[in-house]
Amino acid sequence: MPKVKMPRKSTAIDMTAMCDVAFLLLTFFMLATKFKPDEPVTVITPSSINTQLLPDSDVMLFTVDKDGRVFFSMDGQPKRRKLIEDLNTQYHLGLDDKEMNNFAVGGSVGTDIKNLKAYLGMNADQRKASGLEKGIPTDSVNGELGQWIEYGTTAQAGSSGLNKLSYCIKADNQTPYPVIKDILDTFKKKHIQKLNLVTNLEAIPPGTAAALAQEETKPAK
Amino acid sequence: MAEMDTSSSGGKGKKHGGTKSKKHSTRVDMTPMVDLGFLLITFFMLTTTMSKPKTMDLIMPKDTKNEEEQNKVKESTALTILLGGKDRVYYYEGLAQDPNAAANPDFFKATTFAAKGGIRDEIIKKKEEVAKLRNAKGEPEDVVVIIKASDESTYKNFVGILDEMAINRISRYATVDITDQDKTWIKQTENANGNK
Repeated sequence: MPKVKMPRKSTAIDMTAMCDVAFLLLTFFMLATKFKPDEPVTVITPSSINTQLLPDSDVMLFTVDKDGRVFFSMDGQPKRRKLIEDLNTQYHLGLDDKEMNNFAVGGSVGTDIKNLKAYLGMNADQRKASGLEKGIPTDSVNGELGQWIEYGTTAQAGSSGLNKLSYCIKADNQTPYPVIKDILDTFKKKHIQKLNLVTNLEAIPPGTAAALAQEETKPAK
Repeated sequence: MAEMDTSSSGGKGKKHGGTKSKKHSTRVDMTPMVDLGFLLITFFMLTTTMSKPKTMDLIMPKDTKNEEEQNKVKESTALTILLGGKDRVYYYEGLAQDPNAAANPDFFKATTFAAKGGIRDEIIKKKEEVAKLRNAKGEPEDVVVIIKASDESTYKNFVGILDEMAINRISRYATVDITDQDKTWIKQTENANGNK
């Protein structure tokens, strides 16, 4: 009986197809996503049915963590630069160029204005350790939050003639209401009535008025 | 290399006598490239975000206008919602400016944020009731919700109740400072229920 010769198969698998898939996915992720913005504190936002998107630019964001600490951030380096220069002149903070630059390129700040010089001299880890990160005071006596709003708005108005700045509040689920009320009152005092609250998206509960309204706007099949 | 040359017919049978250069495989091992690809994918998946955060508009009335607006609201069309601590919600119909109204033991009620049997059902009920009423011009009345958040309530409750307004399409609502009377009622209800 003649021996049946089994042809020897290579053990190697052609990886080209897999490589293609990998890079396809990679391209997708690079194009479809954006980098997480650095947050001073972790904040878990409540969810709502609102589908309105947070604008990319011209945003003044107040982050509030669950202990009620308020952090300020604004987009646009030239605007931030102007803001810190104004604060420096107004409050005689004596910031040097490096510290101002730190503010311009940095993320959020959350400290008293008087501690700003020490605060800006540190990096993120040192800030956490130093205990200066107590948040911007929201009380109505000093009204530093109001100062930040005012200077931020001025810096914004200087950079573009049209003031389309949106004020956003991003607060944690567990933030006590009095803190939010303080912030809202500060805005009210500045005659800023339109605010944005950052939330997560949540499905509209079926059977409610909003769900019915959504049905109506959908094109009929 | 993991690649094995199977394409050539093998160099066993020497058919030609001439010098023969060894044939290399033209295939390239893609494994490291795949590794790299997936490594980068993992990196991008972890450091980036896909969904942009959503925002909720909050338009606050002016302080002076607020008082007038509040006075304009009719007792019969108003629903006052109070946010208590520990995710509790209290509500009563009307504005509670009338001291006699509070004498009714069923006046001040407690509920939750639950989807069924919670505050949402109460809002819908009140909305339907008010829609039956007619104003001086004979048009259906619109419910006005007054939201009062107590100091114990959290931001989650606040957004939650504003969200209920959006869910039930309540166009007229206002956030108002909590009064001492409201605080007393919350305390009384909590004591009565024995959950403090």
